Amino acid sequence: MWLFHKSKYEFIALRRKAYVVSAVVLALGVAGVALNLVRTGTWQNYGVDFTGGVLVQVRFDAETSDSELRQALGGVDAPPITRFGGEDEFVVRAPVGEGSDLDEVAAGVAARIAAAYGDAAFEIVRRESVGKKIGDELESQAVMAVLLSFLLTLLYIAVRFEVRFGVAAIIATAHDVLVTLGMLALFRVEISLPTVAAILTILGYSLNDTIVVFDRIRENLNSRGGRREDPYRLVNRSINETLPRTVLTSGTTLAVLLSLLVLGGAVIRPFTMVLILGVLIGTYSSIFIASPALLEIQKRYGTADPREKERKRAARRAAAV
Amino acid sequence: MLKSFRGRIIVILAVLGVASYYLATRGLKQGLDLQGGMHLVLEIDDPDGNLTSERREALTDQALKILRMRIDAFGVEEPLIQKSGSDRIIVELAGLDDEQRAKDIINRQAYLEWKLVLPTTEVESALARLDRAVVAALGEDSIRKLGAETEVAESGQPSIEDLLFADPGDTVQAEDSAAPAEDEGSAAAEGVAESEEEEEVNMRPFTGLLNRGDTDGKQRQVSYYVDAAQVENALTFMALPEFQRAMPRDVSLQWGVDSLSLGGRFYRELYVLEEDAFLTGDQLQDATAGRDQQFNQPQVLFELNRRGGRAFQQVTRDAIEERIAIVLDGEVVSAPVVRDEIRSRGSIDLGRAQMSEANDLALVLRAGALPAPLRIMEERTVGPSLGQDSIDQGRIAGIAGLVLVVGIMILYYRAAGALAILALAIYLLLVLGGLATLNATLTLPGIAGLILSIGMAVDANVLIFERIREELEARRAPRTAVEEGFGNAFSAIVDANITTLITGLILFQFGTGPVRGFAVTLCIGIVASFFSALYVTRTLFLMYLSGKRGSDPISV
Repeated sequence: MWLFHKSKYEFIALRRKAYVVSAVVLALGVAGVALNLVRTGTWQNYGVDFTGGVLVQVRFDAETSDSELRQALGGVDAPPITRFGGEDEFVVRAPVGEGSDLDEVAAGVAARIAAAYGDAAFEIVRRESVGKKIGDELESQAVMAVLLSFLLTLLYIAVRFEVRFGVAAIIATAHDVLVTLGMLALFRVEISLPTVAAILTILGYSLNDTIVVFDRIRENLNSRGGRREDPYRLVNRSINETLPRTVLTSGTTLAVLLSLLVLGGAVIRPFTMVLILGVLIGTYSSIFIASPALLEIQKRYGTADPREKERKRAARRAAAV
Repeated sequence: MLKSFRGRIIVILAVLGVASYYLATRGLKQGLDLQGGMHLVLEIDDPDGNLTSERREALTDQALKILRMRIDAFGVEEPLIQKSGSDRIIVELAGLDDEQRAKDIINRQAYLEWKLVLPTTEVESALARLDRAVVAALGEDSIRKLGAETEVAESGQPSIEDLLFADPGDTVQAEDSAAPAEDEGSAAAEGVAESEEEEEVNMRPFTGLLNRGDTDGKQRQVSYYVDAAQVENALTFMALPEFQRAMPRDVSLQWGVDSLSLGGRFYRELYVLEEDAFLTGDQLQDATAGRDQQFNQPQVLFELNRRGGRAFQQVTRDAIEERIAIVLDGEVVSAPVVRDEIRSRGSIDLGRAQMSEANDLALVLRAGALPAPLRIMEERTVGPSLGQDSIDQGRIAGIAGLVLVVGIMILYYRAAGALAILALAIYLLLVLGGLATLNATLTLPGIAGLILSIGMAVDANVLIFERIREELEARRAPRTAVEEGFGNAFSAIVDANITTLITGLILFQFGTGPVRGFAVTLCIGIVASFFSALYVTRTLFLMYLSGKRGSDPISV
């Protein structure tokens, strides 16, 4: 079996359509962000890891309903409640004001549930309390981590390939991170520590995919006659040559992620969903964003490769003679 | 035939041996999210930001040492207590039965002081001044609001003195609106207040809350009772800077720890103490939990060092029939009457406390006080049942994912796919062994990172096999095709893995807790996938080829 062997898809010719698709998806993300800002005042649905606050996960002995639990926790004023997994498990997220005690808030939630359902009817299976300060630090750390990894990857690729490959790879990766953030905002997925880990994994996966394609472009460029070939055709050929690998690797990764999604339980479900989204976006971007970006950069700024410049100069000299 | 790659096989077996050795001896520690437990991040509590960063760091180091001693004594298996950054402490405790208890042991400052209890006459002359200070600070209106509540709450209620001392038939008090403590035995302060009362009842915001309290062996009053519902108001008043300025010098008012129930109402006791402690917990030599012989109630028996013993003896000698307050973290735990001169041994009565509380208090006193109060910045607690569910689900999902990968690889690449699966099995053992070697814990995000790095390991094999297929298609001999295939795939594998490794390392550097667990497995996974794809798969291929003649077809 050899899927997509000797395929000759015109990926590069489709690039303008791909730009439109990306622009639409990004615009949707921006709309999601705007909607969030209007509705809640924050651009993402930050979890307690970021906002500071208390998360209490309660498992009841018997089934209970959202509205019953909400009633127990103060009716209209109840903190947000979400169902977790089955019918008998809920997550309560309570905000913590400036200077108030995390412990007291968490104990307050437990006490109210105990008052309504009785002490023995439930079990607190998870409790997370995060101070506001830690949450704020986390956000700046995450942003720092992303920017630093952009910088270091750019450096690495500039050394191993050429600067334009590095810039194109960063454009593609930034595209993936932005699209993912936009989708997260649109669907109001909770941003927690694992979500951040997932976003950074997407960053790694997308780079991995892009580099395999770039590796082939580099190889074809450096092979005999590569520099004289039309860049568009060369890049398109490289994408097609790596297509079997792209499909197989994305396929196996998705297979593993799907088994995680279906069987892995509720704790890692949001994490897995973000990763699946990321694998799809990463595969798309290495074909439709990274490679076209490489060509656009070359078209606009020429090539920085000294050998190429030398060859052009030689060609000019030869023409003059 | 085997001779040519004997060296390679020995290397692989050696690496495998080391990995399995560590895996077998150290085992793989499960993270708190898997086995249940508590993760705490603590910081020196400094709400006003008064401390310099050097001072904070020094205090953090001291606190770390104390916490180590306390947690060791508490007896949790393999606790993790470490500094994070310059001024944070991370504590991780697995498999706890009682989280609250552990938290109390960690978070309690345990600053123990012994102070002389003074008769209330020491503050009586200042009470009128204190009332005026409160009025000046808060304004009459806001006090009247609080005061109105006081009146409503107390009118028609028998006062505490009635319950304690008066005849049952004499409970109704005439023309008394705000002061329940206004019978003939009441303190002199009430007299002062009384003269002002003619103008304005609510001008006694603070003293209005005070009821006559305990006495010592000399029948002197030494404390006030404050209605539990009014403690909040009293605290507000006492926190005012104006109030503190109006307090007599060298005298402090401190609350008793327990609330007392009298006639169906609850009261907190407010003691009048000498401001400076004559003895503190750092003079303790030992502390053990026990029961007092009279009532069989839990207590902590303490022993002072020689210097502390001398100080104690000196003070107690002059304070026979007076009370001495034992103050823990700013609250009076007990205030026994001194019956006899005490030297180095004494006890702290804990009243209605549980025996475990006495044990815990003795434990923290032995380990010593924290140099400053700590504040919990972050807490994550996972119950053991949730942990078990996660393990089960993670295991099933992992196995299912692996089966899918095995199926796809063998279906697609046949014999080569089977070789890749064998390399993958070795890879898995390496990763788990690597985690055990580094003493890393396997967390839920860690499992996810592991599964993702399996994807990367598969990718490396896919890259190689695709290249071999291309070479075979170009009509190269199988042996050459394999060599070329590995050679051509090399650069892509190296570059792809190193860029991901860069991200992983940054994650490790910046991340905490779960993110870090993810980063560790990802990084170890990438290194192992390098070895597995470029060395193990290649060796397996060489073995596979060695059984064939040069022109035989290979299954890839």
